[in-house]
Amino acid sequence: MVKDIKTRIREKTKLSDTAISIVFDMDSEITPGQFITVGCGAERILRRPLSVCDAVNGRVRVVFEARGEGTAWLASREPGEILNVLGPLGNGFRLQSDGLPALFIGGGIGAPPVLFSAKRFVDGGDAVIGFKSKKFVILEREFREAGKTVSVCTDDGSYGVKGFVTSEAERLLKKKRYGRVISCGPTLMLREIAKLAASYKVPCQVSLEERMGCGVGACLVCACKIKGKDGDEYRRVCKDGPVFDAGEVLF
Amino acid sequence: MKPSISVDFCGISFKNPVITASGTFGFGREYAEFYDLSELGGICVKGLTPQKRPGNPPPRIAETPMGILNSVGLQNPGVDAFLSGELPYIKQFDTRVIANISGNTIPEYCEMAEKISDSEADIIEMNISCPNVKAGGMAFGTDAGMVKDVVSSARKFSKKPLVVKLSPNVTDICEIARAAEDAGADALSLINTILGMRIDINTRRPVLHRNVGGLSGPAVLPVAVRMLYQVKKAVKIPLIGMGGIRTGSDAVEMMLAGASLVAVGTACFSEPMTPLLVRDGIREYLEKHDISDVNELCGAVAEYKD
Repeated sequence: MVKDIKTRIREKTKLSDTAISIVFDMDSEITPGQFITVGCGAERILRRPLSVCDAVNGRVRVVFEARGEGTAWLASREPGEILNVLGPLGNGFRLQSDGLPALFIGGGIGAPPVLFSAKRFVDGGDAVIGFKSKKFVILEREFREAGKTVSVCTDDGSYGVKGFVTSEAERLLKKKRYGRVISCGPTLMLREIAKLAASYKVPCQVSLEERMGCGVGACLVCACKIKGKDGDEYRRVCKDGPVFDAGEVLF
Repeated sequence: MKPSISVDFCGISFKNPVITASGTFGFGREYAEFYDLSELGGICVKGLTPQKRPGNPPPRIAETPMGILNSVGLQNPGVDAFLSGELPYIKQFDTRVIANISGNTIPEYCEMAEKISDSEADIIEMNISCPNVKAGGMAFGTDAGMVKDVVSSARKFSKKPLVVKLSPNVTDICEIARAAEDAGADALSLINTILGMRIDINTRRPVLHRNVGGLSGPAVLPVAVRMLYQVKKAVKIPLIGMGGIRTGSDAVEMMLAGASLVAVGTACFSEPMTPLLVRDGIREYLEKHDISDVNELCGAVAEYKD
């Protein structure tokens, strides 16, 4: 059930120079990979879509980066202030147990929904999270607390393994048989992860990102190209996704 | 006494004057999760074309000061899929259905008008003003001669009231409005989006993949009000006003300028309940000002004449 609510911020934490964690009241069944949209001030027409990082005990946590004016506005809110929240929206990751461990891969601000998935997934697994450099690393401890081994990669090698998440993911895929790959991050990363998973014949789910309008499937602006039955077609990231089978996405 | 908010529009009764604007509301399914669509005066559906259309490559949207630019490019399942799959769904609700059609050629408009005439849709809206497609669209709506040709042709095939949706991207909207009226339009709707552009200064790339797109949202409200006001004086047929309406007050302003019905579009993206809030706002205005019938507002601006 989608809710359109005004709710109070309960906690706010700065996770890095750019990443903010906000917790607010929202009592909803949320599947990892689903998102909410938040109004970012009366002067901005579009709500900002944010993937959910956790939902427990009537509270929802989102982790986001202050990238533009809207998210900067949101980043400057404080506990006690009211947010206008719509959600949960879209389809989440499929996390039903099949007895095999999963490989969780998150790039940058794509890591939060992957963490939520890792927390809910019952068959164990490993996580690979990648960031530009040490100062952008977030959520490492929480992946570990979710019972997953964690490899942190940085582009410049300032922390963890030097390089992109793909090489570390490939090292793990060579060693262990995974039942699925769960992934969210920049589109280029997802494209490479999709290729990698396909070459190891592991089913891969990716959470896509595109500029959104309504967020509920009515306006058709957040188009992504998908292999359809009758040829390629545009689908809605907000309503048909944001999670898609990597094999059907035309990156 | 409760004021009356029902409107007779081209012989069709609307329970209230608030409809949804084409392209912002799909075929109603998504917003039906938020409220009963029977609460709406009417639903104007996503623009239809003779065949299924994939639409433009993303990005298709950019935010602007108090507005948005869009370039969806008429992505839709085609008129036949609408008539067989979507229209029966909308007809479950007690609300009026306006079928919006967009052709590349005059015969395409005629073909769609004929098909929809045999359906349960209440009104046909001819989109001759889409700024986001290469052929047809705005090319028809910006030349009075072309407007006359396409409207008079479609008129012959339409057994339903025919509304012509006007583009604001013209030098003199009254000339276009009169051409549509002369050609047999039963009503006009305005405004479609205003052609605009944004550029990412870091990449030097336009924000929209199609480079330019249509501006909508509160930023365009005064432009829309002005055009309603001018067109109201130029023609006798009724008008649907749209462009930036977010509140009951915005809707009343549009009606005073000349609108009989008002459409809410972009504002639904900020708040899904907007059409119902606009309806309630209109009613509150009528009560506050002791006006018994919403139709009294139409064109009732007390303009300066000196």
